[in-house]
Amino acid sequence: MSPHASTEMAPDLRKQRRWGETAIHALLFLFATLSILTTAGIVIVLFSQALRFFARPEVNLWAFLTDSAWQPQIDRFGIMVLVIATLITSVIAMIVAIPLGMMIAIYLSEYASPRTRNTLKPILEVLAGIPTVVYGYFALTFMTPLLQGLIGKDVVEIFNVAAAGIVIGILILPLVTSMAEDALSAVPDLLREAAYGLGATRLETALKVVTPAALSGLAAAFIVAVSRAIGETMIVAIAAGAGPRNFDSWSDAFHNLAIFNPFKAAETMTGHIVRISGGDISYESIDYDSLFAIGLTLFLITFALNLISRRVVKRFREVY
Amino acid sequence: MTSYFPEGDELQKFVKRRRQKGLIWRSLFLLATTLGVIVLMVLLVTIINDSMGYAAVAYKIAPDELVVGFYRGMMLDAPRAQTYTDLDDLARALAGNPNAVGLLDPAAFQAHADILRQVQVAGGDLSGVVVAVSKDNDWVQNVTILELTPLFTVAETWSDVRPGWPDAPVHRALPEAGSPALDAFVTQVYGDDPAEQPIEALLAMLAQHRSAGALRQFVAEKPLALRTQEEVLAILEEQVLEPTVVETWSLYESLFDRAAIKEAAAGMPDAHLEFRRWITWDFITSPQSSQPEYAGVRTAILGSLWVVFITLIFAVPVGIGAAIYLEEYGSGSWLDQLIETNINNLAGVPSIIYGMLGLAVFVRALGPLTSGAIFGVGDPTTSNGRTILSAGLTLGLLILPIIIINAREAIRAVPQAFREASLGLGATKWQTIWHHVLPNAIPGILTGSILAISRAFGETAPLIVVGASTAIFLDPSGPFSKFTTLPIQIYQWTARPQAAFQNLAAAAIIVLLALLLALNAFAIYLRNRYAVRY
Repeated sequence: MSPHASTEMAPDLRKQRRWGETAIHALLFLFATLSILTTAGIVIVLFSQALRFFARPEVNLWAFLTDSAWQPQIDRFGIMVLVIATLITSVIAMIVAIPLGMMIAIYLSEYASPRTRNTLKPILEVLAGIPTVVYGYFALTFMTPLLQGLIGKDVVEIFNVAAAGIVIGILILPLVTSMAEDALSAVPDLLREAAYGLGATRLETALKVVTPAALSGLAAAFIVAVSRAIGETMIVAIAAGAGPRNFDSWSDAFHNLAIFNPFKAAETMTGHIVRISGGDISYESIDYDSLFAIGLTLFLITFALNLISRRVVKRFREVY
Repeated sequence: MTSYFPEGDELQKFVKRRRQKGLIWRSLFLLATTLGVIVLMVLLVTIINDSMGYAAVAYKIAPDELVVGFYRGMMLDAPRAQTYTDLDDLARALAGNPNAVGLLDPAAFQAHADILRQVQVAGGDLSGVVVAVSKDNDWVQNVTILELTPLFTVAETWSDVRPGWPDAPVHRALPEAGSPALDAFVTQVYGDDPAEQPIEALLAMLAQHRSAGALRQFVAEKPLALRTQEEVLAILEEQVLEPTVVETWSLYESLFDRAAIKEAAAGMPDAHLEFRRWITWDFITSPQSSQPEYAGVRTAILGSLWVVFITLIFAVPVGIGAAIYLEEYGSGSWLDQLIETNINNLAGVPSIIYGMLGLAVFVRALGPLTSGAIFGVGDPTTSNGRTILSAGLTLGLLILPIIIINAREAIRAVPQAFREASLGLGATKWQTIWHHVLPNAIPGILTGSILAISRAFGETAPLIVVGASTAIFLDPSGPFSKFTTLPIQIYQWTARPQAAFQNLAAAAIIVLLALLLALNAFAIYLRNRYAVRY
């Protein structure tokens, strides 16, 4: 083939329309947009069904936000009792997971030798890979009897919020640990060396130099963990109780802080959704519509938390 | 400047104090880490602890009574069998008849040793009972255990038992039913465990305790000649023994608190204490049942596999495709950025929300499709869309962001030089991706996908919302079947009040964890086997 021929061929090839390439490009684009469709689907489904719920004559938005009981049988739909139960389990979970997770993260990132770290991290990852239903079983058959033994059977009910909360804390511990450790490890060694050079001990370096420098990442880790705790379902469905903790009025609810008692049964938003949808419910019933109102509340809370965490990382990130 | 830095002795103390503080906190950090590991241990130990241990089982007829009663009946009904309430009468009657053989307890035999002769049983004498003949009997010196059976049941003449013996009819002198000597004889000669009995004896026991109609039905299902001893045994257990677990104990209690268990079991009428491993091969291969004694996880395992299979063929190609688009074709336009942000946000949505999406979209809106009705293949009982297909698609959406995020990282790790070299040689974009980027990224993509699949395998909440069946006894037969999965089975068993279901839940958890472990080990193997460093 002469050199002349090949230079003539090249422009032809470049101009050639490659339908296969275009089709593949389009197909891959379609796959990528499926995620947007998913989000759109979630938003549309939750809003439209929730709207149907609020359009019903027996429901009004004000009562939904302020009533002190969730009793569909007598048309009382006060989401706050479910939200408060969710918050109690989440707060208990964070009380367990944040100090413990921070301490483990500091140990792994600042103290442990690479060998220790490489042994311990996979073990914590195993903890993260166990299905939540197993944690639910653990909460019911181990944590509840343990609490009953420590505090007393007359105080701690068989289904209680505390056991569920503690076990959720254990569940999210690996998440907190690995995100916090990533944040701590991302702090440049320069800062540590400077602190040592000024005579700081290892502890002082870890707590007063590295931790503040990693604060944005740590905050994001905590927020993601809270969001995970709020959305956690199986543990509360198994161990926390099978009915909302209802009160006639808010003054009853706050009498002796009864609504915050962690040793009694209560139902969270997720627990309620699972229990109601577990039976065969009619698509026309108010129960079915109410699930989507709860789902919407849950979605908005976790979505807001995820957005905040992203903002926190962006805004407060220290750039080195 | 108000700050003050100590000097001299005070400096030494100051430094020492700080060092001590550092040491204390260091131990606290280590303690916290250890605690994390301990929690994992406790979790596993709790589950193993619940998966085996003593169980108090109540039978309609106890297994040993069934066997002993059956052979006792056969002996008492044997030709020319005579029972005696008074063993002295028995001994005198036996002594007077050289063709008779008899059973009596050692004390009674000693008292009449002058007129009776003990027959030696080959392979060791029986305890608590003596086989005896009259002093006038001059042919029986010893018998084998095998010869004892016909001798006391079906044999008409002595020569039937052993050819060398005379052709005289066998007479049998037996103590009355319920006497210790007779029971001792039966348990030692025939045993008292149904599992050790030959198939003919088991069938006879079945005939004895079941109506003729039930037996005919049993034969009609499958001819007797084709049945194995195990099958007959299982039927016997289910229809005659009818065990029910009354109470169970954990492994720890069974090992260290046996006295208390025995005491508690003694207080339960008709209850037998058995050591039970809840996780057995039968448990894995049996279908779901409402009775804890027979319940298994086969239906749930098959359901899980079907659902995960649908998830796999939906989410893995789509996830990898989306990742390729974002990494290789994405131009950073607002749409690409929106997709990217959106995927990160989707990863943070609680799984139960996906369940609600699946319920509204796959089960209700696409019901005719997911129930198989428009293909005309659907099971009429499941025409409501609560099928394996709906569940698989729901879980597919759930793990899609995870697959995309992992696959993007793997694709990004392929050096740019590979792409440039390929494009420089005149390959098209897709040729470059297909022949150079994907083969190098595939180990990372597979590892990430397997981890995502194992997440789907353990997922429970969205499937409950999508409508996993509460009680399903039939194996799923295809994507349009009703389903249950292993985690859902665990959830339902955990929620039951009876103790035995808790043990079943623990056993099912072990099965689930073993399957997940195998999946993860496979992912780690792939990572180590094919990991490439550039």
